[in-house]
Amino acid sequence: MNEDRAIKNPQLEYRLYAGRLLFTLLVVLIMAGVLMWRYYHLQVVRHEEFVTLSDRNRLLVEPLPPTRGLIYDRNGVLLADNRPSFNLSIVKERAGDLDALLMELDRLVGVSEAEKERFFKQLARRRRPFEAVPLRLNLNEREQGILAVNEHRLPGMEVTVQLLRYYPFADELAHVLGYVGRINDQEIQELDPVRYSGTLVVGKTGLEKYYEDELLGEVGYQTVETNARGRVMRQLDRTDPQPGKDLHLYLDSRLQHVAYESLAGERGAVVAIEVATGGVLAMASAPSFDPNEFVTGIGVDSYNTLLNSPDRPLFDRVLQGQYPPGSTVKPVFGIAALQSGTISQDFRIFDPGFYRLKGDKRKYRDWKKGGHGSQIYLSDAIIQSCDTFFYDVGVRMTVDVLSLYGTRFGLGQKTGLDMPSERAGIMPSRAWKRAAKGLAWYPGDTVNTSIGQGFTLATPMQLAVLSSRLASRGEIRPPQLVRKQENIQPPAGIIKVADSHWNYVHHAMQEVVHGLRGTAKGINKGLNYHIAGKTGTAQVIGIKQDEEYDAELVSKRNRDHALFVAFAPVENPRIAVSVIVENGEHGSSTAAPVARKLIDAYMEYYPETSIVESTHGTR
Amino acid sequence: MGQGDFVRRMDSGGAAIYGEPSQWQKVHLDLPLLLLLALLAGVGLFVLFSGSGQSNFYVEHQLINYAVGFTVMLILAQVPPRLLDRWAFLPYCGGVVLLVGVLVFGIGAKGAQRWLEIAGFRFQPSEILKAAVPLMLASYLGSHSLPPRFKHVLFALVFIAIPPVLVILQPDLGTAILIAASGFFVLFLAGLPKRYLLFAGVAATAVLPLMWYYVLHDYQRQRILTMFNPEADKLGAGWNIIQSTIAIGSGGLHGKGWMLGTQSQLDFLPESHTDFIIAVLAEEFGLFGVMLLMALYLLIIVRCIIICLRAQSMFGRLLAGSITLTFFVYVFVNMGMVSGILPVVGVPLPLVSYGGTSIVTLMLGFGMLMSVSTEKKRSI
Repeated sequence: MNEDRAIKNPQLEYRLYAGRLLFTLLVVLIMAGVLMWRYYHLQVVRHEEFVTLSDRNRLLVEPLPPTRGLIYDRNGVLLADNRPSFNLSIVKERAGDLDALLMELDRLVGVSEAEKERFFKQLARRRRPFEAVPLRLNLNEREQGILAVNEHRLPGMEVTVQLLRYYPFADELAHVLGYVGRINDQEIQELDPVRYSGTLVVGKTGLEKYYEDELLGEVGYQTVETNARGRVMRQLDRTDPQPGKDLHLYLDSRLQHVAYESLAGERGAVVAIEVATGGVLAMASAPSFDPNEFVTGIGVDSYNTLLNSPDRPLFDRVLQGQYPPGSTVKPVFGIAALQSGTISQDFRIFDPGFYRLKGDKRKYRDWKKGGHGSQIYLSDAIIQSCDTFFYDVGVRMTVDVLSLYGTRFGLGQKTGLDMPSERAGIMPSRAWKRAAKGLAWYPGDTVNTSIGQGFTLATPMQLAVLSSRLASRGEIRPPQLVRKQENIQPPAGIIKVADSHWNYVHHAMQEVVHGLRGTAKGINKGLNYHIAGKTGTAQVIGIKQDEEYDAELVSKRNRDHALFVAFAPVENPRIAVSVIVENGEHGSSTAAPVARKLIDAYMEYYPETSIVESTHGTR
Repeated sequence: MGQGDFVRRMDSGGAAIYGEPSQWQKVHLDLPLLLLLALLAGVGLFVLFSGSGQSNFYVEHQLINYAVGFTVMLILAQVPPRLLDRWAFLPYCGGVVLLVGVLVFGIGAKGAQRWLEIAGFRFQPSEILKAAVPLMLASYLGSHSLPPRFKHVLFALVFIAIPPVLVILQPDLGTAILIAASGFFVLFLAGLPKRYLLFAGVAATAVLPLMWYYVLHDYQRQRILTMFNPEADKLGAGWNIIQSTIAIGSGGLHGKGWMLGTQSQLDFLPESHTDFIIAVLAEEFGLFGVMLLMALYLLIIVRCIIICLRAQSMFGRLLAGSITLTFFVYVFVNMGMVSGILPVVGVPLPLVSYGGTSIVTLMLGFGMLMSVSTEKKRSI
């Protein structure tokens, strides 16, 4: 110690110390410079970049989904509603262990593999962190309760409320309204990602699909400031969504109910058209299904059951069912024969029960064994549905006239109804056969065509349109479900037929129902107004030459389809109807009573009021 | 210039500067340094109010921390350096004993044992060592002729090494490095020959890779990796760095305004009232704010260096120098880690970050500095 002190040299030591200290001061200044350079680099050089990142952090542009337009019937009855649905959503960033959370949620409320798959797909499409992604829609009250109780131990889980479609009439209107469903992968590619940014569903079928554009509305936005945990702190600006347009239909839910109920237990279709407007009063296809199941995503099992049912409940018979119209086209061909001058109203034939083309031995048989006898006028041919008469007159007219008038009355072309997926049916002609079959037209084809068999196919909607054109004396009005104008519009065209011919055919059709020998006289009991109608039978299996058709022996599925077209009241037709009952055998026994019920209901609900007034109903 | 000349010049020079002892010198305080520290505390409170989300709780508690800190400084300033010199081994030995105690009886927090509870009073013994190690080293080296001889260097290194090793075991690498640095600064200022420095540099380069595998814990390695690539773990370890650089960068030249920083006010910035408070300042007051703060720190350091140069004993010079440099290391490590050029270690921004321990420890150091600043010339 002492010897150390003895050689201590304060001056040298101070110099050494001061040198070192000043050297460290230099180092300090250099390091401070490095820091300042770093802050300068972040705050000035890369400033813009960090401003963007900072805004992206805090600003969230949230789409505000528009409220889907509602659908009302002509009297303001709500047919398609929006109801709050409680959805289970997940914010991944808050979840921690996502797999564990999904497993726990599955244990609590059940989560299907399909829902998980959809969740992960949507998660992958997410635009920013902390966005809630729906896992399950439409939780019931029990599930909401379970989740509420367990919320504290399920971070990342959220129950959100969103409006979802609800169809109060369920299966009754399933084919008309269609349904909305979760947007699928293919639709994602086709839909405008901006318009659908907040929307989970899209119209899949029916009016929901056809009017998707109007019903959807316009998406709104709000810019919100969020904190680091994604919680919205305040709203910065907002553009309100524009709700979708409501649809008001010509359809009357009461008539629809009658139409659908009258087909209970059957497979078939009913259409009723308001003659003055072309508005569809009712259109039912049976059997049907509950569209509400599709809104939140139907289970695979339920869907397969519907899809594979032999009764084909998903199939809209009104627009997609194509049936041989059979005798229901006879009034049209009667008009054709008269107006084309092929025959006069005094023309008559003898019906031996069959028809033979000149130089051909083949017998074209009447449905009535032994025939209808002598003195068969056009009116008798319509009233009793005499095939032989129409074979004869049809051949005289040629297929060209048959095809011309069939087409004028709407056969072989889409009716133009405001619905997707309508089928056109077939009104055969020489040109059609050459194009479709590559074959020449044979006289035998004309014979079959003249009674609505052979190649001819029509949808129930086309037959209703045909009936309506008969009723309105040739006014061409495309059928419409959605009422766009308050006033009755002039017809799109007119089929020129002499009034006397209209009177003649209307009278004959009235006699079908009211006459002693009318094929549909079974429905005239207690009628206090006049119905004009025409029965029809469509063969399901071919009957060989001279073979007897025995309904008892033919299994139910192979029995003929029963058809009926009608309008009423005859003096001032307001409603036109078509009915088809699959395998119903005779139009008179199964299809006509359905039409009677429906027309009765119409006459009760709309006794004598003018059509314009009656269509004024709004909500 | 002879030795006599030098001593005489110092005497007269000292008299010229100080003149008669002022009121402040009587209570052993350096007025410029005191004012600068008070100014820094004021700035700190201002930023803390915003960084804590306008919390009166934090501001009030921080005020108490400052009050305790300044009181500690005032008390320490009254202790003559001679006394500090004589009893320097006491806090050192006590501190080492307590560190061992931490390892045996310590209270854990966040996976590390750092706290010791004595009579219901919780504290981190490692903080004591931050002051005790330079004190011990200054006392030891100051009592021998400088530059230190090999034997003294060897002993000094042992004194320096013991506390950091114990602290690493807690484990608290950041504090261990700071303690080691404060001891090394004394050694360096004492005139450690350049050949030792060269050797230390080579040794460090050789030891660093070994440290990586054998000393560093997983989370520490993770922090270092995160510094180089924060994007790799955006919501985990990288989150802090990403958010703090966004806060700093988006502040720009002028800042977003007091209490208007979106990063800090909307909780994107973690630890915004403690270790990451500089990011709040940078976001709300911009580069100008950062430069002003840095200027304030540099002024404090310059004032401290002046005190160092005027100190009368080698013990005082070494002690004051080490305290000054350690203070800057705090500033550099904190501002460096928040801006993403250093790994995240738990080093607060001196006298601005919320927290009583670091404020008291720092003021303890400044108290000793004040004491040194008014030291009477010792008779040799």
